Amino acid sequence: MKNEKVSLITKPNTTLANKTGAWRTAKPMTDLLTCIGCSLCAKICPEGCIVMGEISESAANGKKLKPKNKKLKPKTDYNYCKGCGLCTHECLVKAIKMIKDY
Amino acid sequence: MKNSNENKFLSPGHNACAGCGQLSAAQAVMRGLNENIIIANATGCLEVTTTAYPQSAWGLPWIHSLFENAAAVASGILASLKQKGDKKTKVVVQAGDGGTFDIGLGLISGMWERGENILYICYDTEAYSNTGIQASGSTPYGASTTTTPDGSASIGSTQGKKDMLAIALAHGVKYVAQTTTGFPDDITNKVKKALSVEGPSYIQILCPCIPGWKINNDQAVMMGKSAVQTALYPLLEYSDGQLISSSLKKGFQARPAGEYLKNQGRFKHLKDKDISLIEKLAQANIDKYKI
Ligand SMILES: Cc1ncc(C[n+]2csc(CCOP(=O)(O)OP(=O)(O)O)c2C)c(N)n1
Ligand code: SF4
Ligand code: SF4
Repeated sequence: MKNEKVSLITKPNTTLANKTGAWRTAKPMTDLLTCIGCSLCAKICPEGCIVMGEISESAANGKKLKPKNKKLKPKTDYNYCKGCGLCTHECLVKAIKMIKDY
Repeated sequence: MKNSNENKFLSPGHNACAGCGQLSAAQAVMRGLNENIIIANATGCLEVTTTAYPQSAWGLPWIHSLFENAAAVASGILASLKQKGDKKTKVVVQAGDGGTFDIGLGLISGMWERGENILYICYDTEAYSNTGIQASGSTPYGASTTTTPDGSASIGSTQGKKDMLAIALAHGVKYVAQTTTGFPDDITNKVKKALSVEGPSYIQILCPCIPGWKINNDQAVMMGKSAVQTALYPLLEYSDGQLISSSLKKGFQARPAGEYLKNQGRFKHLKDKDISLIEKLAQANIDKYKI
């Protein structure tokens, strides 16, 4: 057997190579106009794949943004979302719906 | 929109079950940490699912050695930081309930006995989740696990949960807190508070486990909340041995324990008389931790 050198030190954040979105059978869809920007979904997601950020008018389907819409809003990274449904289940204003994704 | 997934303390792409209550809690813990942290992690789901070789989800210095020795590894790191004159870096341990209540307990006791400035975080799934849900010293009365299965002559675990907070307090641990996956901001705040304490601190987080508790993928946060609302797992905080905050405040009205138990497969077999026994445990918590 070849005596290969094995490093016990690995590089940080390298799991980003795993697109766990492939696990998903249902997809959370967030209605950004219903969303009040509380960031609860981003806080509880076990993947940490929801990031709060500004949305553009185009992201709101071209509709005019009210003041409540100008808060930071969640963006789900579907490369990693496993479709667990936690965000949908916990959303206080029911802004997130699960849709079939297989 | 900027995607800030890169350089996070805990990245996506890990292998935890969809909806894992432990990883949800770990995200809240990470928001309480900062760059000046070294983590020693015991064996368990948090370690296994985040570090499938040669990858790592971690964005902080992070070390895993064995199941039982995370506290001793942390003590060693602290000793070397002291030797180098580094006063800024704080050492944090992360472990499951098996690693904490059972196999790691002796080394944790030593770490606390020496009064070391280390934050110990126990992710309490109330069983050895990673090896297939064997009962641990943290498994509550009546829970069905693979080593305490329910059946015609068995109600599941006949042992109560070990009082790990009391063990920490008996060692004079300066900051001792309990919280659950149902309260992400409470987790983050307690972590920040613990980091500001000079000396040992212990935080125990109830983490609903999907296959272990036999719950749906979207129920971990709800179960974490329900555990608090039923007084079975109150939010608690001790500073220098004094209870300084508790979810069991004056006027607290406990929800019926059955609400929490009946939604979990591990308790599904319980009869009304078993549930009323567990109701008594909730009342004992109210008596003990009311503030
Ligand atoms: C000395 C030793 N015994 C047993 C194991 C096998 N083992 C790996 S993870 C694990 C369970 C960990 O349970 P817990 O600490 O509760 O963490 P959880 O997986 O529930 O997060 C066990 C028994 C081991 N790695 N080392
Ligand atoms: S469905 Fe689950 S994994 Fe996907 S974004 Fe929501 S909480 Fe995260
Ligand atoms: S077995 Fe439980 S603790 Fe382990 S990854 Fe799955 S849900 Fe999380």
